[in-house]
Amino acid sequence: MEDKKIKNSEENKSEKKKEMIMFLSSSEEKEHFLSKANRKILSDPLDDNNPITVQVLGICSALAITVQLRPAIVMSLAVVFVMAFSNVIISLLRNSIPSRIRIIVQLVVVAAMVILVDQILKAYAFDVSKQLSIFIGLIITNCIIMGRLEAFALGNGVYKSFLDGIGNAAGYGLILIIIAFFRELFGSGKLLGYEVLGHKGATLAESTGLYALGYENNGFFLLSPMALIVVGVIIWVQRARNRKLVEEN
Amino acid sequence: MDKNSNAYTFIFAIAMVIVVAVTLSFTATSLQPMQAENVRQEKMQSILSTFVGDSVTIDGQKQELSRSVASKIYDDFILEELTLDNKGDLKEGENAFQVNLAKQLSLEEDKQTFPLYVAEFEGSRFYVVPLRGTGLWDAIWGYVALKEDANTIEGVIFDHKGETAGLGAEITTDWFQERFVNEQIYNESGEIVGVEVVKGYGGGDNKDDNKVDAISGATITGDGVSKMMENRLKHYKPYFEKVKKSGKVATR
Repeated sequence: MEDKKIKNSEENKSEKKKEMIMFLSSSEEKEHFLSKANRKILSDPLDDNNPITVQVLGICSALAITVQLRPAIVMSLAVVFVMAFSNVIISLLRNSIPSRIRIIVQLVVVAAMVILVDQILKAYAFDVSKQLSIFIGLIITNCIIMGRLEAFALGNGVYKSFLDGIGNAAGYGLILIIIAFFRELFGSGKLLGYEVLGHKGATLAESTGLYALGYENNGFFLLSPMALIVVGVIIWVQRARNRKLVEEN
Repeated sequence: MDKNSNAYTFIFAIAMVIVVAVTLSFTATSLQPMQAENVRQEKMQSILSTFVGDSVTIDGQKQELSRSVASKIYDDFILEELTLDNKGDLKEGENAFQVNLAKQLSLEEDKQTFPLYVAEFEGSRFYVVPLRGTGLWDAIWGYVALKEDANTIEGVIFDHKGETAGLGAEITTDWFQERFVNEQIYNESGEIVGVEVVKGYGGGDNKDDNKVDAISGATITGDGVSKMMENRLKHYKPYFEKVKKSGKVATR
């Protein structure tokens, strides 16, 4: 009798445990919007898994549009928009896309989003659209977008894909803005078009700020190779700070 | 239905293409009037800004020459929109504002139409000549306003489709365009040569040599600007000569 009782109580306990587990897992399904896992999806691409400095994707546009800060910022915003929504669309369609033509489907979705952005900008924000000119079309060729669609959106839920799109576009934009900051500052002595280092006149006497002391802009920063060198320096700094990224051998 | 079957793949592809095509063409068609209006207003703004500058005084109030302001005051300042042939005669039946320079450039010179805007602002007369040429990557274009002597430049404005930001794209900046002010388009022997963009120009503010300083790192775009100015402006010589002889603008 007593044995049975003990057994019973043990069974009860194990059942309770099961319930507990059930309860936990159901609460996991109803995950909080900004749970730890979701936050990680959002923040990982900013540092540990940065598209440019760690995955080495999207280098091409990092060279092309980082001469000045303003186009770099607008480009980053456009990429955030395109990436978030193409990730969402592909994630919605992920169970019905035939795997043989999935890359084409991704390409069509990205291209459609980019054309949509371009058309809307031309109608409602003509000046911004003029500033971006060809770069907006070049978003289509951004390897990060295709990469994330293929690697994440095809296998994950809508909300997570949305976060992943925002996170990766932000990680890309962050590096873009850092490069553009240095290139505009050292290359033309300006930030967002403002002459932060003083005005460079025709002669030393007409100059103000640093230029009056004989400072010269470094024209090399305006050329694409300097963007690669800046990317290199960023990777160096990032790895010195974040030991996880350093390979063993 | 089997997701890997050929039939499913085809149906999916066709459906996707139709959905995307309908969405995009609907957006493009519904936004087209606004886009066209933006382009039209911007053209007016460009033409006016060559001789008006960045701001304009309307009814005693100083206003920035924005696109909407430009479209309102355009007719007040532009006296005539002329279309010329390369002998300086008027071409009838064409609207100068509607002339597509990109198309004209592909025609032979004697078949081309050359638009010219005659403007009056604060008591002086200006001739505004539209320009178009090629930069490093794609088309560049602009407008140059000449003073009444049809020789001295009052102001220029340049724009481009896809020059490199920070290098060739700098032709749109004020500091580059200001270099052209008061330059002459005729050379010493009386030919129209426009204004040449020269690397490492040492002439300072010399306005008599048909040359201005280039932008470092933007050699090819600069050469494009030089060529564009010469190639377009020289066709207006017969007309300018006629005007100088008769002492007044030929009108319709």
